[in-house]
Amino acid sequence: MSDEFKIEIVNPEKSFLSKDDVNEVVVPAFEGEMGILKDHISIISFLKPGIIIIQAKSGEEKYYVEDGIIEFKNNTLSILTSYILNLKDIEKNKLLELLKKAEEESNKPEISDQLKYLADQKVETLKSIN
Amino acid sequence: MASLDDLKKRITSVKSTQKITKAMKMVAAAKLKRAQDSAEKGRPYSEKMNNIILNLSSGISDKETAPKLLSGSGKEQVHLCVVLTSDRGLCGGFNANIIKKAKSYFAKLNKEGKELKIITVGSKGNDQLKRVYGNKIIENISFKNSKNANYFDAEKVGKIIIEKFQKEEFDICTIFYNQFKNVITQIPQAQQIIPLNTKSDDQNNSEDNYEFEPDEDEILSNLLPKNISTQIFKAMLENSASEQGARMSAMDNATRNAGEMVDKLTIEYNRSRQAAITKELIEIISGAESL
Repeated sequence: MSDEFKIEIVNPEKSFLSKDDVNEVVVPAFEGEMGILKDHISIISFLKPGIIIIQAKSGEEKYYVEDGIIEFKNNTLSILTSYILNLKDIEKNKLLELLKKAEEESNKPEISDQLKYLADQKVETLKSIN
Repeated sequence: MASLDDLKKRITSVKSTQKITKAMKMVAAAKLKRAQDSAEKGRPYSEKMNNIILNLSSGISDKETAPKLLSGSGKEQVHLCVVLTSDRGLCGGFNANIIKKAKSYFAKLNKEGKELKIITVGSKGNDQLKRVYGNKIIENISFKNSKNANYFDAEKVGKIIIEKFQKEEFDICTIFYNQFKNVITQIPQAQQIIPLNTKSDDQNNSEDNYEFEPDEDEILSNLLPKNISTQIFKAMLENSASEQGARMSAMDNATRNAGEMVDKLTIEYNRSRQAAITKELIEIISGAESL
């Protein structure tokens, strides 16, 4: 029996990625990283800024996301996100630019605790990519 | 009757107009293809989002504690209407149709004694509405600089709306846009986004048992603002496809009309030239006869 399932990543502009030979996906869920294997219970959760790791038969892929919602149902994992980048294609300049933006955001004085937390997460993730 | 020279000038001017409308039609056709593509590509996102929200809201146990974006503020007094139009003209009845739909809605609200606030997106809608409803327009947003509808613009509009909702500046929010059906038909739509209409046609997927992490309320309150941006983005995509479609058919008509006009003017030109020749001949013959 194969232990592969399907993953779909969509952003508002288009369907970003669709694969059906995935063994494991690790997503940065809001309350901590979460690994998803085949026959996981149906779940809805949302993401904080972080790295999605997809272990597929065709190889491992990593993506940077800023936010999103995941839904797992009937062995299909749907990820809705407004901002996603493939770590492979990411350019150094772009990364630094994102990092600067995130740091600025996190240093704003009037920011709410939750937003501050998200911005800090962003900074941390971007630094770890660097 | 116009002189030969005048006719000639008119023919050339109509011909050059025809060239312009023809070019605009071509451009619109090319853009339409792209706009249609992105409208289609954007659909899965908004559909999935909608599904998840439906699943979530059917799972919510206590309606009292539900987020306000879902359940509403409990009043129906102040209405916010977001009218999405284009930034450019020459697209047939595209803008006029949205405005007509919006105006009839405004009139209905007025009759019921509700308070009205308007946000216009796109300069054409603002131009047409400010004459009658100028004092009601609280914000005018225009994305003249962005080439295609993009999500960040939609998010900007969404944020403005949510901010105003949290300040309790309005109770119900409706967006107006044109839904793209095909090149000749665009249907003006009024869609209520706050509070969200969760009544769907098929409730058969509600038996799914989901696990939520964190709990439903928290996910919902995170998801709903995003959904508003998504709905606005969808409306913007539909609108841009509709705009190009409307422009294409309008310009097609204009080109055809210009062609007909050129034909008519050419016949008139030839007739009056012939008439002038005949007149000269008669003059010569009668002059010769009188000698």
